[in-house]
Amino acid sequence: MAEDILHSTISELSGRLGRGEISSVELMGAVIARTKEVDGRVRAFNSFDEADALSQARASDKRRGAAKVAGVNVGPLEGIPIGMKDVISVAGQPLTASSRMLENFVSPYDATATRKLKAAGAICWGRLNLDEFAMGSSTENSAFHTTCNPWDLGRVPGGSSGGSAAAVASGEATASLGSDTGGSIRQPAALCGVVGLKPSYGRVSRYGLIAFASSLDQIGPFARSVGDAASVLGAIAGHDPRDSTSVRMDVPDYGRGMADLAKSGRRWRLGIPKEYFGEGLDPEVGAAVQSAIGEYRRMGCEIREVSLPHTRYAVGAYYIIATAECSSNLARYDGVRYGHRSKDATDALDIYFKSRAEGFGAEVKRRIILGTYVLSSGYYDAFYLRAQKVRTLIRRDFLEAYREVDAIVTPTSPTPAFPKGDKTSNPLAMYLNDIYTIGVNLAGLPGISIPCGFTRAGLPIGLQVIGQPFKETELLAVAAAYEAATDWGSRHPNL
Amino acid sequence: MPNKDDFNLDHLANLARINLTAEEKARFGAQLGDVLAYIALLNEADVEGVEPTAHAFPVVNVWADDVPEAGLSVEDALRNAPEKRDNMFVVPKVVE
Repeated sequence: MAEDILHSTISELSGRLGRGEISSVELMGAVIARTKEVDGRVRAFNSFDEADALSQARASDKRRGAAKVAGVNVGPLEGIPIGMKDVISVAGQPLTASSRMLENFVSPYDATATRKLKAAGAICWGRLNLDEFAMGSSTENSAFHTTCNPWDLGRVPGGSSGGSAAAVASGEATASLGSDTGGSIRQPAALCGVVGLKPSYGRVSRYGLIAFASSLDQIGPFARSVGDAASVLGAIAGHDPRDSTSVRMDVPDYGRGMADLAKSGRRWRLGIPKEYFGEGLDPEVGAAVQSAIGEYRRMGCEIREVSLPHTRYAVGAYYIIATAECSSNLARYDGVRYGHRSKDATDALDIYFKSRAEGFGAEVKRRIILGTYVLSSGYYDAFYLRAQKVRTLIRRDFLEAYREVDAIVTPTSPTPAFPKGDKTSNPLAMYLNDIYTIGVNLAGLPGISIPCGFTRAGLPIGLQVIGQPFKETELLAVAAAYEAATDWGSRHPNL
Repeated sequence: MPNKDDFNLDHLANLARINLTAEEKARFGAQLGDVLAYIALLNEADVEGVEPTAHAFPVVNVWADDVPEAGLSVEDALRNAPEKRDNMFVVPKVVE
């Protein structure tokens, strides 16, 4: 029983739970046993609370029993273990951001996404590793340990949500939540061979998410199927008075919307941006993506070349805007009210200088310094204002393309998972790994990464589909159409 | 765009309230020099007459109803304090 539970989708498990074939306690128990068996090698988790997870599972089984007696249905996430990136607050659980700064922090409240998952009956499971404060593309910037790619333990899982991706790939969680500021959900999903969805900016509340770059951050799911990602998105999406940038828009029934679109036989018009297939794209990744585009063509989709002419400026604009926002957001870590306080500090100012020097790792310091520079007096117009104008141009490129296509199809990451240590001494090379995902955040669009093949060495390759603002249903339907025509998701890493 | 010679790490570390070691200064200086050289690419973009975008979907004047809600209890607010006493955060003396 255990092996197929560990790689089952939410929809399969939900069916088995509903038919009484398994209980949530059994499911959670299998996931805990698996985590104990493999996490010494994968290292996806910063910590997990076994007793708390089992107690949530018992409560779920009780709710399911009561619902059965009352003759009412429970939702698809009832009793399903969902791993939590360690930047999303869960009341009473640690919240470290994989930083020494918050090593001993315990969340006083639930993030809105957490509260909604709990309300949907899901089990909030474990604290998943990331690059410190979500700054990085490999989890190597975690202050605690580097997560390993389940397909090749010598390689990175991607980042920053590397733990969230690796846990789903290795059977340590049925699905998980991550956050995506420049690709931090989609890139690790691609590198670990799972589905990763970044919703439109404003679709999911950021309340209770540790802020990195507030105009770009968005919470989203990792899952084993597009349908599962839709189920989790349906649970966590929606307006929240506690996040003034969350939109007042109804949350559609994504699953039903996808099914309706599939039935309608709609002929999708898909745009292929030529700027995403140039220099730096690994040939095996390029070939897998071209073959996925061929699959869409065979399905009857209309494939059109489109142009996103300002793509070459995206990484530069991102590293101005994201570092500016992070230098401001991380000013709160002053060692006074919470977080690390230096034991050697002698006066108030000294607390700031020493606590921040001891609490932050190298990449976080680098970004705070860069952000401080681009915002500092005399440089604001040259850097920050110019970057915001370039952001307008990048957004216009996408909206222009959407006049003639429904969605855009690209590689998620220019390369498959790279060996640990490959890019740690060269931040710029690491930044350029996000070249295909960053524009989506700058433009606030929804994007998804789905498995589209493997390299000869057996490393997963991801296909990115980029949707129109708030048209997640269409985006998911386009992704699900490819998924249904292939079976890449049925392979599992051998651990 | 300013050139990277204007990049004064001591000044920036002071503004950001982070002590940097000599080793960090040397390393960050070189690494951020590369990043700044890359960012200079933005100078080629024609932004004449283009409005800046601060948020992809600008929402302005979001008002909340003026209804009091329960906040964190004093106990919860102090739970993660590095040092506390009598329901207060403790810091070194700041006035003589």
